[in-house]
Amino acid sequence: MSNFVMNRTKFWARKSREDKIFDVLNLFLLSGLMLVVLYPLYFVVIASISNPDYVYNGEVWLWPKEITFEGYQRIFQDGRIWTGYKNTIVYTVVGTFVNVALTLMAAYALSRKDLAGRNFFMFMFLFTMFFSGGLIPTYLVVKNLGLVNTMWALILPKAVAVWNLIVAKTFFQSTIPDELLESAQMDGCSNTKFFFKIVLPLSKPIVAVMVLFYAVTHWNSFFDALIYLNDEELYPLQLVLRSILIQNEASASMLGDVESFAAQQRIADLIKYGVIIVAAVPLLILYPFIQKYFVKGAMIGSIKG
Amino acid sequence: METKVKTLPWRRTRTKSEPKVKRSSKKKIWQNYELYLFLLPTIIYFIIFHYIPMYGILIAFQDYMPTQGVWGSPWVGFEHFIRFFNSFQFWNLLENTLELSFLQLLFGFPLPIIVALLLNQLRNQKYKKFVQTVIYAPHFISVVVLVGMVYVFFSPNGLINNFIMIFGGDPIYFMSEASWFKPLYISSGLWQETGWAAIIYLAALAGVSPEVHEAAIMDGASKMQRIRHVDIPAIMPTAMILLVLSVGNLMNIGFEKAYLMQTPLNVSAGEIIPTYVYKVGLQSAQYSFAAAVGLFNAVINFILLWAVNRAAKKLSGSGLW
Repeated sequence: MSNFVMNRTKFWARKSREDKIFDVLNLFLLSGLMLVVLYPLYFVVIASISNPDYVYNGEVWLWPKEITFEGYQRIFQDGRIWTGYKNTIVYTVVGTFVNVALTLMAAYALSRKDLAGRNFFMFMFLFTMFFSGGLIPTYLVVKNLGLVNTMWALILPKAVAVWNLIVAKTFFQSTIPDELLESAQMDGCSNTKFFFKIVLPLSKPIVAVMVLFYAVTHWNSFFDALIYLNDEELYPLQLVLRSILIQNEASASMLGDVESFAAQQRIADLIKYGVIIVAAVPLLILYPFIQKYFVKGAMIGSIKG
Repeated sequence: METKVKTLPWRRTRTKSEPKVKRSSKKKIWQNYELYLFLLPTIIYFIIFHYIPMYGILIAFQDYMPTQGVWGSPWVGFEHFIRFFNSFQFWNLLENTLELSFLQLLFGFPLPIIVALLLNQLRNQKYKKFVQTVIYAPHFISVVVLVGMVYVFFSPNGLINNFIMIFGGDPIYFMSEASWFKPLYISSGLWQETGWAAIIYLAALAGVSPEVHEAAIMDGASKMQRIRHVDIPAIMPTAMILLVLSVGNLMNIGFEKAYLMQTPLNVSAGEIIPTYVYKVGLQSAQYSFAAAVGLFNAVINFILLWAVNRAAKKLSGSGLW
C-alpha cells in the first residue's frame, strides 16, 4: 500500500491502449476548440494593421501584410470615439461604485443568520429573476422618475444584480465565522463597525470579484443607453461602436478624403477591425491580471445556486 | 462563561440538542437595526425598479395614456392580447422565439459539460490552464463587438467567404439570408459562452476526491468509464440547477443580440417577441399593446420554468425550490 502511494504519479501514468487513444483524441479536440476561439480574435488584430486591399482579397491569413496604422489614425480623428470613451468611463466608475456598495451591504445583512425576515427578503429579490414587469412598464417607471436622458438611467435601474447578490452572500456565509461576530459583539462592537472594520478587510476577494463583474457589465452595456438616451453627447462607447460596426456609419471625418466607393468600403472595414481592438483594449490589457478573480467569482457562484 | 454566551440574544448557532431560545422578534430587530439600514437601499431599489413595473403590467389591460396614469386610463380587458393573437406576426414570432431558445439550450447546455469533462482529463496542467484562459476570454466581449465581428467575418468579402472561395465555392450573403440567422446566432453564442460556462462544471469536478478515481482505476476502469461513472454523476446536481435556471430565462434570451443581428433581409427569422416588444412599444409608442405582448412572453416563461423545475425534481431530486 505504501508502495502504491509513493508511486502515485507512475500509477496515474499507467495507461491502457484505450486510454492512450482517448488522450490523443482529447488533446486533438481541445486544441481544435482553442484554435476556433483564438483565431478570430487573432485575425481581428492582424486585419486591423494590414493593408485593407490584401484583407479584402483574402491574402491575409497568418501574418499582417504591409503594416499600416491608417485605420487607427482615422478612428482617433473621430470625436465620437473619445466622447464615448469618456462617457463609458464615467458610467462605469459611478455605476460600479453604486452597485458594489449596495450589493455588499445587502449581501452581508442577508448572510447574517440572526436577521429576522431574511428569507422573506431573499425571496423578494429572487422572484425578480424569474418574473418581471418587462420592458415597457420598466421604461415608464424610469421615464416618470425623470431619469430619461440622464446618466442615472444607466445606473439606477441596474443598481443591484440578484446573481451577484447571491454570490456575495454565499461568500460572507462561508468565510466570516460566527465566532468572530460573537467576540466582536462581546467587545461592544456595533454591526456597522463590524462590517466596515472587520468583514470588509477580510473580504477583499469578493470586493474584487464584484467590482470586476459590475464594471464589465457597465463597460459592455448598450441597450439601456439605446432606450434611455437621446442626446449623442451622452452616448457610451458601445452605442458609438454600434453605429460604426453594425449600422456601417463610419463618419465623414473618418472617410472624408477617400475617393472611390470601393476604397471607402475597404477603409470602412479596416476601421471596423480597429474599432473592435480599441473597444477591447482595456480588458485585453487587464485580462491576464484579473482573470483569476473572474474565475473565483464564477466558482463561488457555483457553490450554491 | 459558556452558559452566558448561550443566552446572548444574537447567538444563533446552536447544536440540535440545545433547546431553541425564544426571543421576542422585536428585540431581535432592534438589536440589528443597522443591518436593516444596510438592506434598505436594496429593498427600495427592488420595489421601485422591479415591483412597481410588475404593478405597471396592469396597463396591458388598458388603453394607457401617459397623462392619465395607471388608474386613470380606460380599461379594455383582453383586447390587446386578442389583437396580438390574431395578428399575422403572432405564429412567426412565437416560432422564432421558441426555436432560438430551444436550439440555444440544446447546444449551449451540453457543450460546456463536455468541454469541462475533457479539460478535466488533460494531464498537462500548463496546457490545461492555457486552453482554459483562451476559451473563456470571449465571455468579456460586448454584444455589440461580438455582432460586429459576425458582420465583418461573414460579409461578402469577409474571412469566411474568402475561405469558401479558396475551395472554389460561391460567396454566401450570410447576413441577408434569413436561413442563416439562426445558425449564426447559435454558433456565435457557443463561441462566446462555452468556455465560461465550463468553469462551473470544472469547479464541481475539482471537488471529486482523487481516491474515487484511484479506486476506479484499480478496478480497471478506462478513462471513458471513469467519466461516465464518476465524473458525470458528480456534476449532475450542478447541471440540473443550471438547466432549470436557463429554462427560467428561455424566453428572455439574447434579446440585444437578436436585435443587433437583424437586417431588413433576415428579420423574418430574427424577429423574436422581446425585439417585437421593443419595436412596437418604444419605437412606435404603443405602450399598452407592447406591455400585453411582454406579459404573454413572461407568462409562458414562468410556466416553462415551473414545469422544468418539477421535472428536474422528479428525475434527479434537485431543483430550484
